[in-house]
Amino acid sequence: MSKINSVNDFVIKFANVNGSGSASANQMFAKGVFRSGIPVSPKNIFPSNIQGLPTWFEVRVNEKGYLGRREGIDISVAMNPQSYQKDVAELKENGYLIYDSSWKREFGRDDINVIEIPLTKLCVQEFTNPKQRLLFKNLGYVGLLASILEMDKDIYVSLIEEQFKGKEKLIEPNVKALNIGYNYAEENFKDYCEIKVQKSDKTDGLILTSGNDAAGLGCVYGGATVCAWYPITPSTSLAESYSKYSEKLRVEIGTDKNKFAFIQAEDELAAMGMTIGANWNGARAFTATSGPGVSLMSEFIGLAYFAEVPTVLFNVQRGGPSTGMPTRTQQSDILCSAYASHGDTKHVLLIPSDPKECFDFAVEAFDLADRLQTPVIVLLDLDLGMNDWSTKEFEWDDSNQYDRGKVLSKEDLDGIERFGRYLDVDGDGIPYRTYPGTHPEKGAYFTRGTSHDEYAGYTEDGVKNAEMLTRLLKKFQTASSLVPAPVFNQEKNASSMGIIYFGSTDCSMQEALDVLDEQNLKIDAMRIRAFPFNLEVWEFIEEHDLLFIVEQNRDGQMRTLIMAEGGIIPDKLVSILCFDGQPITAEHITNKINAHLSGKPALAMS
Amino acid sequence: MTYIVKPKNHHPLLEKNKLGLTRRDYEGAVSTLCAGCGHDSVSSAIVEACFQLSIESYKVAKLSGIGCSSKAPAYFLNQSHGFNSVHGRMPSIATGAAMANHELTYLGISGDGDTASIGVGQFVHCARRQLNMTYIVENNGTYGLTKGQFSATNDLESKSKYGDDNLFPSIDLPTMAIQLGASFVARSFSGDREQLVPLLKAALSHKGFSFLDIISPCVTFNNHKTSTKSYDYIREHNDALSKPDFVPLGKEIVTEYPTGSSIEVPLHDGSLLALEKLSQDYDPADKIQAIKNIQESQRDGKVLTGLLYADPTAKDLREILNVSDKPLNTMGKSELCPGSEKLEGINSGLR
Repeated sequence: MSKINSVNDFVIKFANVNGSGSASANQMFAKGVFRSGIPVSPKNIFPSNIQGLPTWFEVRVNEKGYLGRREGIDISVAMNPQSYQKDVAELKENGYLIYDSSWKREFGRDDINVIEIPLTKLCVQEFTNPKQRLLFKNLGYVGLLASILEMDKDIYVSLIEEQFKGKEKLIEPNVKALNIGYNYAEENFKDYCEIKVQKSDKTDGLILTSGNDAAGLGCVYGGATVCAWYPITPSTSLAESYSKYSEKLRVEIGTDKNKFAFIQAEDELAAMGMTIGANWNGARAFTATSGPGVSLMSEFIGLAYFAEVPTVLFNVQRGGPSTGMPTRTQQSDILCSAYASHGDTKHVLLIPSDPKECFDFAVEAFDLADRLQTPVIVLLDLDLGMNDWSTKEFEWDDSNQYDRGKVLSKEDLDGIERFGRYLDVDGDGIPYRTYPGTHPEKGAYFTRGTSHDEYAGYTEDGVKNAEMLTRLLKKFQTASSLVPAPVFNQEKNASSMGIIYFGSTDCSMQEALDVLDEQNLKIDAMRIRAFPFNLEVWEFIEEHDLLFIVEQNRDGQMRTLIMAEGGIIPDKLVSILCFDGQPITAEHITNKINAHLSGKPALAMS
Repeated sequence: MTYIVKPKNHHPLLEKNKLGLTRRDYEGAVSTLCAGCGHDSVSSAIVEACFQLSIESYKVAKLSGIGCSSKAPAYFLNQSHGFNSVHGRMPSIATGAAMANHELTYLGISGDGDTASIGVGQFVHCARRQLNMTYIVENNGTYGLTKGQFSATNDLESKSKYGDDNLFPSIDLPTMAIQLGASFVARSFSGDREQLVPLLKAALSHKGFSFLDIISPCVTFNNHKTSTKSYDYIREHNDALSKPDFVPLGKEIVTEYPTGSSIEVPLHDGSLLALEKLSQDYDPADKIQAIKNIQESQRDGKVLTGLLYADPTAKDLREILNVSDKPLNTMGKSELCPGSEKLEGINSGLR
């Protein structure tokens, strides 16, 4: 029997029953590989369910640092009889199937290598507690993997010790469970598997964390003091990260009181209202949600836009429309975020592509919101938000100052004849504001969503209202010079063709560009990081005859945005789309580009 | 009448309060509501209460939703920041604002449509969370700005101006507020200034969620003979529980109630609300009795007014969340940013 043979380059997929404690064991496996110095990209493919339904966990191990999802499974750890059929079918020829042979099975494939381990039987022998018998099967297969992949078992022992720090009693049985699998494999499968993990140094300077965790931490560093939110997958862990880090880092010494307010609102409308109220009153506040929440918040987003209240919103996108696929990923809220709310509205979008950038953009979002006095929406997606990524370490320069924007103090007000909340004093479209309670006689104004003049007074003068709307457009123009510039793959454009992409697609794109390069296809590439589009974005579009726009949605929403905002002719922009709820793969991108270039109609989905 | 600018000069002999301010200093823009609107009387009572309490206007935030009532904040306290938000969502704006700076006084003005229908969810949770604010519903049983549709507080037996029957029973907001945990609940009538002003003063001085349901007739759409929220109807059916008198901090109690018939409610800032009992079963500290009183009065076709329930010891939202005594909006980078050293520690935990 032939066997897949590779070092530090494979995809392993775990199939489990949801709620059986498998995710933390699978996570531990990935972290063990990461600690061995090889970048990993674990992806939890979970159902919208708490217990009982099938769940999967994919880990791509790749020394080159390609962290996008890759089709084809090299090793399948099939722990769920419900999904055996699917799991076995997905396995590549000559791949390895690991299953619990307490109940023997035939799988009907003679082109795969089956590794049998009677995990249930072994755990029943070793443990008396029924819950432990079930739970420790997970660590059992981690031990087995450590053995067959020839990994350093001690890495897992230390991971267990770290995980149960403070609950030392749990260390011993967990290590025992690890050893059950490890020792069984040492005895029965020594030198069997030809896929290996060899220690490397490719994770130097990297950490393993999720975009949501990073963004929550970024909010702490960015000075957010109020988080109002409503639970919704996949954004919940972002708010929870803020709370977790705040409890560690933001408690007053001496009084034990919180330098933050964390409020679980009654719905997304209230979450957004609280965020706006707090920002209006001079605190940095944010909310986190996903598509359905953005729909609900839209009325308030329009108010913040028109009344010019700084607001930070994280939209961790999931599969839509409607309730859609709550536990799958998409980039399908581009348009509904950019133009959220009725009437003429446009919003600043920041689009990070990895957890490090989630941290950085969270910090930047507050500066931009304060500077521009407008909603700033940070667009993540489920893949980036909820999965752990091998990402660059967080960095912080202690000399950084918060930019609180144009806020008038009591002294400033003393020196002003008449304060006009919506006067464009500096000609950049950004007016000055005051916090309530600043000055006994000056600076008070009425914040309203109704049409208003420069002094915040209600007006039904249509010309005046048109002036206000035009100034808001000027402010948006100013925003385009302040938001993060795009990232280019090349120093100088070298092709008449270009690729435009954004967000979590980045990891697959790096791999796709290398593959295209190997195929001698020279295509320039640009990663958009913000809306409104900067000058550099328009120049890149101008300088290429044909542009592929890679997006994880059905309608090519970024393409629409580019066409609408720049008056770009549709023929120039070719969509490469993926919207099956799985993160896009490099193969998908290269196949679609090749198909288009060879004149075949590129189907929307493969 | 927005084009009419109020003259700024004051009569030199106008009465002044502790801050040396006159009532005129607490006024707002000229009202654009209908002549005779109950809401204007409420605005005037707010001016009076703030004047008497010597409140610094600029330390008040006036918040509202949408509707006739929600326009009212423009008509009092010119030197306060105002926030006319979206329909039914004032409570969430107030919650965020109060978390940012707990040192201001938050005064929310809402209506029966704004609170009992579109905003009922936010009202419920705001009361439940014990936000430190005064929440006023100017309750007229009708949608004024859209010309006379029934609101959810309109009584079942009350017909519209055009003779239409109301098909659904009314929501009683004070009963709801008490049940939800509001720690100060009162009902009054825009036409009863003697009762309204002391209740407002007490509500503004109370720490926690102060709720005032003020029957405030709509002269244009709900002041006809078959309405149960008309001036005439409320005057005839007003069932006052008590006669309130607000005693500020440090003042001697000089109310002349017969012995045994008065109740004193201590307030957070040290002031007192002295109440002359007008009913035997009156005890504003008793939640269950309070709800019973409201329901019985309603059964008897009356409108119970006065302080219905108060718990001066309740914790407010900021205390419940253990938020710092220093307002969050005054904290700068040095207090909020954990710095690079801590970040390095976090990095090493993620390797």
